[in-house]
Amino acid sequence: MSMWHALILSLPYEWAQYEFMHYALLAVLLITPLLAVMGCLVINNQMAFFSEAMGHSALTGVALGALIGLGNPSATIIGFAVLLALGMFLLRRYSALPTDTSIALVMAFVVALGVVLLSRGGGFAKYSRYLIGDILTITPTELGGLAVLAGVAGVLWVFLFNAFFFVSLNRSLASSRGLPTAFLEALFAVLVAVVVSVSIPWVGLLVINSMLILPAATARNLAWNTRRYVLGSVIVSLLSGVLGLICSYYWNTATGATIVLWACGFFALSLALRRR
Amino acid sequence: MSEANQNPRLSIRSCGECCTRLRDFGVRLRGEAVLEDINLHMHCGELTALIGPNGAGKTTLLRAMVGELPHSGTLRFIHHGNVESTSPIRIGYVPQKLELDRTSSTTVLDLFASAISRWPLWVGTRNAVKQAAHEKLALVGADQLLNRRLSEISVGQLQRIMLALALTPVPELLLLDEPVAALDQGGMELFYQTVSKMRQEYDLSILLVSHDLTAAAQFADRMILLNKTVLCDGPPREILLNPLIRQTFGFGYTEAEIEGRRPLLSALQHEQCALPAGRLS
Repeated sequence: MSMWHALILSLPYEWAQYEFMHYALLAVLLITPLLAVMGCLVINNQMAFFSEAMGHSALTGVALGALIGLGNPSATIIGFAVLLALGMFLLRRYSALPTDTSIALVMAFVVALGVVLLSRGGGFAKYSRYLIGDILTITPTELGGLAVLAGVAGVLWVFLFNAFFFVSLNRSLASSRGLPTAFLEALFAVLVAVVVSVSIPWVGLLVINSMLILPAATARNLAWNTRRYVLGSVIVSLLSGVLGLICSYYWNTATGATIVLWACGFFALSLALRRR
Repeated sequence: MSEANQNPRLSIRSCGECCTRLRDFGVRLRGEAVLEDINLHMHCGELTALIGPNGAGKTTLLRAMVGELPHSGTLRFIHHGNVESTSPIRIGYVPQKLELDRTSSTTVLDLFASAISRWPLWVGTRNAVKQAAHEKLALVGADQLLNRRLSEISVGQLQRIMLALALTPVPELLLLDEPVAALDQGGMELFYQTVSKMRQEYDLSILLVSHDLTAAAQFADRMILLNKTVLCDGPPREILLNPLIRQTFGFGYTEAEIEGRRPLLSALQHEQCALPAGRLS
């Protein structure tokens, strides 16, 4: 960590003089690639609406944490999102309800429930940090947690990326080749739930899904194979993350949303470049 | 008598010593029996067409066979000498379509690599995988498409690519789920020709789900009429003349129509539009 501080301090910029920016930058470098790779598979699986619901479920997760009396509701955010992800996976696989309808229903429920519980006695304002996120307050311990998550996800991307990818193409085809499709789909849903809910306190639930989807959508516009798709998504995500963080420092704005604006800019650029 | 009617291009000598056997096969969905008492043998080198009305359970049968749906009974590969294979049967499957949108960046090579290699796609593709894909694609005349995106090639090309993938590695049983539903006449014939060539090359047993009865009859050695269970099973000509066909579909075939199967193929399709039922009373 001291090497990291020394490295950033050596930069001739104003923002580089503050310790919280060092931590925030490290957090951005961990979160954005994680979201970028997952975003590629989320788009392939047509699960963008699902991940949005996962983000919004954090409201109920925060409320449950407050009800139980937890100082830090991370555990309930993650726990509730995972349960919800498994529930929605079962609904998608075994019910006749169209997926987008069932997700809309579930999302309406978890948002309403969360808002009702959090607004009791007029105290909603103190939870607004979960709406817009605050990456500048991240502590070294929390960074350690993020690093562990990124490591676990990285291992999964190495060993299971092809399997996740193949299941997204056609489930019957994947079954015929002996892949455990139900397990893989459930595992992926849980992974989305965990990564999204871990990122929410830093990114904010209003913009988390954009950080997941936009870099992948941008890369998709320009990539002509899957390797470029994934790497392109990671590059766009890292660029937006770093630029967004630094701009939010100078503009004094919420970091998550600033990152998303950069990602939107890259997406627009990719649309322009697509039709040559 | 059925042999005489087969397209000479397609008739081959099968080893006849190995087969795929479905025994007391059944599927229940939400407490309801969708398929029951299915007992079938599919011999090597034989193309079996599976026909039946909408909702008969054709696709359900395939989904259960590939292991996507739970089922009762057994599905086994029988080696020559009537030795039942102990390992799960190796299935090649050609789905009706892939869920792809126009912006998908998945290439033909990505499709193969994700299926046959553990090396993550985002790292790259090893040469051995490229070579294997290239070889199989060459068999179906699609090797020049290796680096093209799936979203920019034609439906007919895609179906032949899916066939090449289903043959990597060479399966014991090949399942085709209405593979020509979206193809035009030329594409359909090319696809069936390719399938027949592969059948000769690898002595495969093939189960083909089809809505197009006359086309299926033209290319299959054997036909199975399915509606919740196997209603009848035999040479295509006998099946098409069976009164059960009329009962099930609301129209039947005369001997003359089947004799002149090939020229009648397109004529029949037109007639079916004009006269949906009671055409042959």
